[in-house]
Amino acid sequence: MKNGIAIVFAAVVALGASWCGLVLAPTLQLGGAKLTTVLNSPDTYPLQRTGEASLGLQIYRANGCAACHTEQVRQDGIQAELMLTALGNYQPEDFKAFTESLFVQQALEPVTNALAINLKGWNGSLPFVFLTTSDKEIADKINQSINVPGVKSELRIVATGADLARGWGPRRSVAADYLYDQPVQLGRLRAGPDLANIGVRQPDANWQLLHLYAPKAVVPNSTMPSFKYLFAVRKIGAALAPEALKLNAEFAPAAGYEVVPTAAAKELVAYLLSLRANVPLYEAPFTPVTTKP
Amino acid sequence: MNPNENTFVACGSSKIDASLRVPLLALFGGAAVWLIVGLVLGLIAGIKFHAPEFLSTIPMLTYGRVAPAANDAVLYGFCIPAGLGVMLWVLARLSQMPLVLPMVPVVAANLWNIGVLIGTGGILIGESTGHPWLEYPRAAAVILFAAFLLIAVSAAGTFGWRRERALYPSHWFLFAALLWFPWIYSTASLLLNTVWLPRGVVQPVIGWWFANNLVFVWLALVGIGTAFYFLPKISGKPLAGSGYALFAFLTLVFFGAWCGIPASAPVPAWLPTASAFAALLTIIPILAIAIITIKTVFGSGVSCQGGPFCFIKFGVVCFVLSGLMYVASACPQSSRVLEFTWFGFAQTQLQLLGFFALIIFGAAYEILPKIMGGALPFPKLAKLHFFLTAGGVLLFVIPLAIAGVEQGKALMNPAIAFADANGVTLKFLRISTTGQLLILLGALLFALNIFVMTMKWQLALVKSLIAAVKAPLPEATAQRDQEVKV
Repeated sequence: MKNGIAIVFAAVVALGASWCGLVLAPTLQLGGAKLTTVLNSPDTYPLQRTGEASLGLQIYRANGCAACHTEQVRQDGIQAELMLTALGNYQPEDFKAFTESLFVQQALEPVTNALAINLKGWNGSLPFVFLTTSDKEIADKINQSINVPGVKSELRIVATGADLARGWGPRRSVAADYLYDQPVQLGRLRAGPDLANIGVRQPDANWQLLHLYAPKAVVPNSTMPSFKYLFAVRKIGAALAPEALKLNAEFAPAAGYEVVPTAAAKELVAYLLSLRANVPLYEAPFTPVTTKP
Repeated sequence: MNPNENTFVACGSSKIDASLRVPLLALFGGAAVWLIVGLVLGLIAGIKFHAPEFLSTIPMLTYGRVAPAANDAVLYGFCIPAGLGVMLWVLARLSQMPLVLPMVPVVAANLWNIGVLIGTGGILIGESTGHPWLEYPRAAAVILFAAFLLIAVSAAGTFGWRRERALYPSHWFLFAALLWFPWIYSTASLLLNTVWLPRGVVQPVIGWWFANNLVFVWLALVGIGTAFYFLPKISGKPLAGSGYALFAFLTLVFFGAWCGIPASAPVPAWLPTASAFAALLTIIPILAIAIITIKTVFGSGVSCQGGPFCFIKFGVVCFVLSGLMYVASACPQSSRVLEFTWFGFAQTQLQLLGFFALIIFGAAYEILPKIMGGALPFPKLAKLHFFLTAGGVLLFVIPLAIAGVEQGKALMNPAIAFADANGVTLKFLRISTTGQLLILLGALLFALNIFVMTMKWQLALVKSLIAAVKAPLPEATAQRDQEVKV
């Protein structure tokens, strides 16, 4: 390149292309995103946060909670699960014999081994997950084959992955989960656990307050710093305030004093409890658990 | 090497250097202070992982505020102004032209420092925007943007009126960087740092685009542009293949600008796919830069002995490593393990403190004696600075990268409880804090050299001023001489 114009041109084309691709296009594609509907339900998603929870997001932002916590769950894939919920007048042995009679079908070949092993280890208790497969069509076929009066089975879609196995959520996080977040706090490091579903996992506001005041009081090996500055330690008045934290001896304040959450602490907890990304969506389907296996 | 630079020496390297003295002292002085501030804040953040209750009662020093304040103080406080200082000098030297409007960068340097002060203070009092690498509140963003434009005016003027018309590879890198920052910073600030934020995940997408273009591309442009000037100068050999350099530049800006969207991001799949593909292609400029550097440096017979040459060579090695780590964490397969772990933190710290800071230190030690017209006050401490920083960077980054891999593997296995997966990182974090301490000691030596040099120069200025006041006026002397004759 012999002159300055060429450099300007190269830089403008290079950066302009990425600006169009990674700034303009996502804004056009997602900037007008609207409410979506929950899968197999008339409900809309996500819910608008309450005023207190919206203020709590600002406490979350101001204290940089996202430096250690993500709000994003990942998944590896989805699987179909066949669960037997009722046998009617039949005995488990009948069900075993019937299912084994299906094995002659060529189409079921990929799953016959797994089915045989599962049936062998079954002690007859219900509900019973007798097949887990990534092939939804086969699962559908078997589900229809065993559809005899009295026998009830359920075909469930289950998302899989390490994050989900940890109980951090029933499905991966998708764009719709963050529709109302201003700012979106995805986080980039997991020095603490993921919080995408903390409102489902730990819905007890008192637990959350205790955890913020003295993390080790509820999680003994926690590395989270305490957020004592979001609480006030004050002299007990006529009687212990109803909102005073119930701390054990190790973390309790001096005798005659009580620990009460400030407005900021309550807002932060309201925000944490509002983190519930647990409904099935078209882009991230799963079957909500109604009967625990 | 710019072939005409030697023939033009008579035109006055000294004049060019003199025009840069005050602007560079302002830029380097502020940068040295912010580097120390950033490293101290980083050290506080690091200690919190060994003792979570350390300073936890002070809201301003909670981990979530100190950690981003530390990162930003190093990037905005040190890397950018120091990089701009080096850029001004290199552009002026290559242009064979004294700096145009030399007082403008001085004003801009002070403005920039005010911006960083407001920004850092803003984060610490809880006014962060919450977007990584763009945490500074609105007031700081406006000041930083204005200050950058002022410096860019001076740099572009020097470039536009250059006496030496031929362009050298460093020109491409540095001039592109001059355009890059205002564009990305204005886009990101206007979209993410105003009252009307875009909806949902558009925010993190813009944030990733900005962070990638600043921390990866901008630093690479300035750092490598600087290295491509000094490596041939010091080794006394021309830069190997300027065709390669052009290739490296074009591939870096075209592919590098598209990186940054994590593979698992909760956005439409085409975005992370485009980014992963771009990251894979970014291996090309990284390897090209490595090859050019090796060809230029090897066989020069110049030993570095802890001098600027050492700093710059080590910086380029760190660039290649951090670039490869960046590609590894963008690749969908490996990002499954590395995402959300300390690995990403290790990569950015290697980029900031290993690659960029080392090249800037080397350049500053080369430039300072020239603009001040005298040797460094403590040349031995400058050498010690190299060994402290190089050792510190290795001790800081390698354990963090290993911790990231171990943590990622543990998190992939749901049978390992989260607290245990987190626990495997703690011993590595302990070693990395030692590294931080060494880097901080090195930075103190850097600041010492700069400030003693500045003070000596100011003292000399004052002395010459006093001498000028005390000296008899020239006319008076002439008159007296005449009287004597008569």
